[in-house]
Amino acid sequence: MTMDFVRDRPIYLQITDKLCGELIEGTLQPGDKLPSVREYAVTTGVNVNTIQRVYKELEMMALTETKRGQGTFVTENHAAIVTLRENMKLRLIEQFFTDITALGFTKDEMIEAIQKEVTK
Amino acid sequence: MLHVRNVSFSYRKQLIFKDITAQFPIGKIIGIAGANGCGKSTFIRLLTGMLQPDTGEILLYEDRVTRTSCKQFAYLPDIDLFYADNTGEEVFTFYQSQFADFSIEKARQAADYLQVSTTAKLQKLSKGKRALVKMAATLGRNVPYYIMDEPFSGLDPMVRESLIRGLIQFIEPDTQTIILSTHEIYEVEPVLDALMVIKDQQIIAYETLEDIRDELQKDAVAWLKSQHQ
Repeated sequence: MTMDFVRDRPIYLQITDKLCGELIEGTLQPGDKLPSVREYAVTTGVNVNTIQRVYKELEMMALTETKRGQGTFVTENHAAIVTLRENMKLRLIEQFFTDITALGFTKDEMIEAIQKEVTK
Repeated sequence: MLHVRNVSFSYRKQLIFKDITAQFPIGKIIGIAGANGCGKSTFIRLLTGMLQPDTGEILLYEDRVTRTSCKQFAYLPDIDLFYADNTGEEVFTFYQSQFADFSIEKARQAADYLQVSTTAKLQKLSKGKRALVKMAATLGRNVPYYIMDEPFSGLDPMVRESLIRGLIQFIEPDTQTIILSTHEIYEVEPVLDALMVIKDQQIIAYETLEDIRDELQKDAVAWLKSQHQ
């Protein structure tokens, strides 16, 4: 099946996020070879230029390396994956705070509730 | 580069296009949208040289596009043009006799990829399967521009998805361009580089979809429409 996308966010970012998610959970492992741009475009049902942008983005984030004539590989540099994981953690927390503030909950109130939930 | 320059066109005294200008660079997939009767098919026929503008010009690499420009274009019409008792193979053989750039191997590969039989008579195939044969024949050509009139119209989602994958698989992203008109904008959007909207005899929008989403964080198609209401 091709991928589904939300309409108000660039598709290249949505796919970049998806691949970052796979890196964090470990579906994609250091040293793994990514499909070619064309292959991945066909799988996702997305324009080749968009996938090219995704691969450029990942390379800029130092998450992948392109080996000439061989393709694109997930970096073996664990530090880059750790950074990605940390950034994702902060992003989730930020998102969480935005959501609760919008509904009028306080941070303290939520932290208390979370602790109670964890020790339950 | 395919270039539409200050083109006006009338049909039976009715103005269809008024002074439109647009460029279609190589290496893109470009959608053309607009309400029924806005002139999408007419625009496509102008692009391929089947119709001539009243004023202005349509240029392909600085040459004026005429009826004989079909060597440079692979045109996919929105109607069934082939004889119903022909098979896909016979359609391919016919294409081979007409177009020097046609590769019967590539057409067979495309048909195989799209999972449609080329030995069955077209009249024995469903509408969706006939569309796939038509697409395979078109993809068998090797030209800079593929111009498709409503390639997804009336097809179920599975067939549409196959067609979209086929386009990505068999078109060279660096040297070939697809221009396609469509009503199914949202379904086709992920495969498009840019979308052109035609309304009231004009091109009212022609934008790169990812740029709109990137800059405005908005639904690009809705934004394009809202700009011109």
